[in-house]
Amino acid sequence: MPSIPYEHGLILAAILFVCGLIGVLTRRNIVFILMSLEIMLNACGLAFVVGSARWGHADGQIMFLMILTLAAAEVAVGLGLIIQMYRRFHTVDISVLSEMKG
Amino acid sequence: MLEWIGLLPAFPLAGFLALVLTRGNLPRRIAGVIGVGSIGLSFLLAILISIEFLGSGLESHTQLLWTWMSVGSFTPGFSFYLDGLTVVMLLIISGIGFLIHLYSTGFMADDPGFARFFSYMNLFVASMLVLVLADNLVLLYLGWEGVGLCSYLLIGFWYDNPANGYAARKAFVVTRVGDTSMAIGLFLLFQQLGTLNIQEIMTLAPQQWSEGSGVVVAASALLLGGAVGKSAQLPLQTWLPDAMAGPTPISALIHAATMVTAGVYLIARTHVLFELAPSVQLLVAFVGLATLLMAGFTALTQRDIKRILAYSTVSQIGYMFLALGVGAWSAAIFHLMTHAFFKALLFLASGTVILSLHHEHDIFRMGGMRKKLPVAFWSFVIGSAALTALPFTSGFYSKDAILLAALEQPQYGTLLWLGGVLGAFLTAIYSFRLVFVAFFGEDHTQDAPAHHSHDHAHDDHHHGPVREITGFVMAAPLVILAVLSLVGGFIHVPVDSVFGVHEEHHASTLVHGFMIAVPIVGVLISYLLYSGAPQGRGLQQWLKSVRESAGGGALMRFFFSGWGMDKLYDFLFVRPFIALAQLNRRDLVDQFYGLLVELARIGNRAIVLTQTGYLRWYAISLIGGLVLVIGIGVWA
Amino acid sequence: MIVVWLILILFVGGALAWASEALDSRLPRLTALIAMVFSLIFVVMLCLDNFPDQLSPGGQWLVLEKWSWIARFGIFLQVGVDGLSLLMLVLTVFLGLMAIGAAWHEITERPGFFYFNLLWTLAGVVGVFTALDLFLFFFFWEVMLIPMYLIIAIWGHENRAYAAMKFFVFTQVSGLILLIAIMCLAYFHFVQFGRFSFDYFELQNVVLEGRFQMLVMLGFFIGFATKLPAFPLHSWLPDAHSQAPTAGSVLLAGVLLKTGAYGLIRFAVPLFPEAAADFAPVAMTIAVIGILYCAKLAFAQTDIKRLIAYTSVSHMGFVLLGVYAWNIYGLQGALMTMLAHGLTSSALFMLAGGLQHRFHTRDMGKMSGLWAQLPMMSAMALFFSIAALGMPGLGNFIGEFLSLLGAFQANHAAAIVAALGLIFASVYSLWVIQRVFHGPYHTPNHSTDCGSEPARDDPHNHPTDLSRAELLCYSAMALGLVWMGMYPQTFLAMAEPTMSYLLASLGEVLP
Repeated sequence: MPSIPYEHGLILAAILFVCGLIGVLTRRNIVFILMSLEIMLNACGLAFVVGSARWGHADGQIMFLMILTLAAAEVAVGLGLIIQMYRRFHTVDISVLSEMKG
Repeated sequence: MLEWIGLLPAFPLAGFLALVLTRGNLPRRIAGVIGVGSIGLSFLLAILISIEFLGSGLESHTQLLWTWMSVGSFTPGFSFYLDGLTVVMLLIISGIGFLIHLYSTGFMADDPGFARFFSYMNLFVASMLVLVLADNLVLLYLGWEGVGLCSYLLIGFWYDNPANGYAARKAFVVTRVGDTSMAIGLFLLFQQLGTLNIQEIMTLAPQQWSEGSGVVVAASALLLGGAVGKSAQLPLQTWLPDAMAGPTPISALIHAATMVTAGVYLIARTHVLFELAPSVQLLVAFVGLATLLMAGFTALTQRDIKRILAYSTVSQIGYMFLALGVGAWSAAIFHLMTHAFFKALLFLASGTVILSLHHEHDIFRMGGMRKKLPVAFWSFVIGSAALTALPFTSGFYSKDAILLAALEQPQYGTLLWLGGVLGAFLTAIYSFRLVFVAFFGEDHTQDAPAHHSHDHAHDDHHHGPVREITGFVMAAPLVILAVLSLVGGFIHVPVDSVFGVHEEHHASTLVHGFMIAVPIVGVLISYLLYSGAPQGRGLQQWLKSVRESAGGGALMRFFFSGWGMDKLYDFLFVRPFIALAQLNRRDLVDQFYGLLVELARIGNRAIVLTQTGYLRWYAISLIGGLVLVIGIGVWA
Repeated sequence: MIVVWLILILFVGGALAWASEALDSRLPRLTALIAMVFSLIFVVMLCLDNFPDQLSPGGQWLVLEKWSWIARFGIFLQVGVDGLSLLMLVLTVFLGLMAIGAAWHEITERPGFFYFNLLWTLAGVVGVFTALDLFLFFFFWEVMLIPMYLIIAIWGHENRAYAAMKFFVFTQVSGLILLIAIMCLAYFHFVQFGRFSFDYFELQNVVLEGRFQMLVMLGFFIGFATKLPAFPLHSWLPDAHSQAPTAGSVLLAGVLLKTGAYGLIRFAVPLFPEAAADFAPVAMTIAVIGILYCAKLAFAQTDIKRLIAYTSVSHMGFVLLGVYAWNIYGLQGALMTMLAHGLTSSALFMLAGGLQHRFHTRDMGKMSGLWAQLPMMSAMALFFSIAALGMPGLGNFIGEFLSLLGAFQANHAAAIVAALGLIFASVYSLWVIQRVFHGPYHTPNHSTDCGSEPARDDPHNHPTDLSRAELLCYSAMALGLVWMGMYPQTFLAMAEPTMSYLLASLGEVLP
């Protein structure tokens, strides 16, 4: 089975990561921000998998499993916060949460 | 008796404590008895001690009460020193002090601050006795500052009038300038000689220093600074005329008879230093001469009875300085004594006048008081005669000795003598001007106030009938002092052994005759000018025209203001100091720290701006920072 | 052990005072008073027990004790009392009693916590005056600051937050510099002797190169000079004093400032003799500037407490001058100035506090002619003002005279210029008397903008003169000043062995 060059995998991970980052930076809807965050996490996961394939080592894949569980936990907390936010402000627009400005 | 010397200041001090600790709750009679009695005891003791001391033939006697402090080689003690000079001063202070205390019981009888008055007076006498008894300069300094404090308290005794408070502060601060100079002098003496014991200094100084060496000139000049401050000589004389704001017995005791002569005492006490520094000694003579002339001219123009006497005091102390400056030590002390007699007499008499006229100070609003106030009148005549140095009064002998000594001064003898004679001429005119204006001529007491002197002790003028207020307590001191003023010239001052010389001055009959004639001429001129005598019309017209001419009027005002010294000092020192204080009320240094705080605040504001509260802003800065760090890591 | 007991009494007394508030709001002050009386007894015992038989030259320590604490860094619980410390302890305990007296009626809010802070400050001060291990010294140095900060910040007047913060920042920054200097010294001991040490006696053996020595010495100097305070570092003091409650002012002026002077005498000069000698002209210049500058500022003030605060700075200039003259006259003069100034400034602050309590203002322009109404208080104010301006026969004169005498030996110009301070002192002291107590009678209106506090009683129309307790406090302080002025030998003799020892150990280095 011809292996995919690991550079391609890393480039894909980088593209995914940047996509996610752009999403985090530009979106105002907090649900989309959360989703973009997920994309970034998965981009990292991909990079780990590619790495482990390149070195023939299982550490990267274990790491990916950890990221998966972490992401699940994070989504749970994040969604909980979103619900709280919606209850409070009746919106999911992140810019209303700028009370911490100096 | 000599071992009881410590009790001399202890009696008045005990009186002070008794009066202070009872907080004015004592009945007046008891307060008066304590106040006067304590001084009386001191006086009795002083007499007994003097008799024993003079009879014993001792040169000096030292009594150590306790060591004040002992630091390194600096061990001044509470230690009293008795010699001829001290005996003279002791008797003057306690004797005249006693008479004035007695007088005050009458003068202050109705004052609400009766006990306070006597407590201050007692403290004053105690300090003054310490001053003259001290065997070292630090203890002398204690007395020196103590009398200054009492002077302050008593000038401002009627504290509800801010003018009195101003006068009191002025007196204290101006003399403190002199005191500071003296303190620096003490530091210098101690550094050079390793002691501040006066007798040790007098022994060591000639061994250590040659005549006119820099250190001794500096030391004696610094001591002179202290002396001119206390004795109200140029350039620190401005406080004394204002000090008349205090009750009149104070003026008699502190600002005429005793405290103001402390400078003379200091110089006489440390005469060896001044002999080693001829230039400073000459300076003393010229300070005295300049002061006596300046004060004489000023006294000619004053209207306030006490200010005339105050300027005359300044002038007479000028004579004492003149005497000190020409090395006539015992003549200076002699004049100090006779001056104490007749000036105390004059002030107490003026107190009687002022009290009888319901706190009227302006001599031009008196007039014709000869009949109404006979005791005061005769006191004034005798006192003025002695002040003027009319023949056979006490002032005649002392002033004669001073002028003759001045004539013998090798370099500037004639100049000093002529100046002194001119001063005597002025003295004659201004002192009898007072007598003629206040006691002869028309009664002006009911005139509308033409001119309000600013330092009236009380502003309330009850224009009741003029009735001389004299009880026994007020009349007796006047009589005793009048007798002393007349015969005081025959008292021998036992100070020859202190100064190591017996002074005798000889002069030609011509000089003597001239010196007798000058005051008499002065009195005559004064009579013609001020008594309203018809023979003096021409002179009176001339005086009037001078006063009304532009130049003459300006000169009069110049003299009246005490030669503009007050204005000068106001301009040179007081205003700049106040301006500086106003300018920097908020402390520049604090502003500097305020600046630091401001900077921190600005920095804070700048950084706060970056905290927008937007998530994406934080994310971008996070990423920017990451990129920056990685970039530096890769390329650096 | 007696020193440890002394410190423990204060610590425990403070804690008890705080706890006792729960039972009755009048208990804390009683507890504090009892604790202070006990410490007074201990200090008096210390005076009587060991004095003067053990106080021989060369062996000037009355008490010298050492327990292990953090041995691996050479940190010990080492305390010692000599004549100098003992005098400072006497002053501390005496003024502690006065402070409790001043707070007795003034502090009604949270009294428990107040007396806790008061006693802990005092405990810190006692520690500072006795610690001979520099780490322990620094520990106590900080212990005394934080309760003081709280006293100003909680019980202060209208602008207390600002003043407390300023006090805290100044002392904390200077404390940090002091800490760095101490650490440097301990480190150099490690370099030279192979182990860390904070021991006062061992650190004297450390040899430092010229520039290092100067830097480390400057660290000590800044730490102590801020506390003193010396000229450019003084600006926290007027604010802290004018805002602190009376008891706080008493402690600050009477005791806390003296820790700075004590530090200079005990540490800053003996540990770095050469650098101190080089630095002496600078320090004396600073002292002279401080004396004159702050005297001038004092004259310009209208707030009576600010005025007294500036006079404090001015008087502490004489201490600095005396210390850096570094001869027996200067040192003894500095000591006497410290003691006498402790009493005068405390008394003056208590009087100012009394005025504020009666008229709810500190603005001198609003009072006048109080002598007629408050004769006893005015007489006391007069007495202490006169003492402050250096009247011979009272303690301040002895201090200032000896300081100047010593300074004159070392530096003519500095002494002469500083002597002008005597004139300025008379100007501002008499100005206060004139403004407040002389002149026609006049009291402030009810509505005041300065020092506005809720009225506790209604004294506007009939101000009450000193109470018996107040009179007792002032009389005790006045008596102390007369004692110092008429027979200073009591105090000078106690300090003599220490001063001679300090001078002898490095007298040859300094001019």
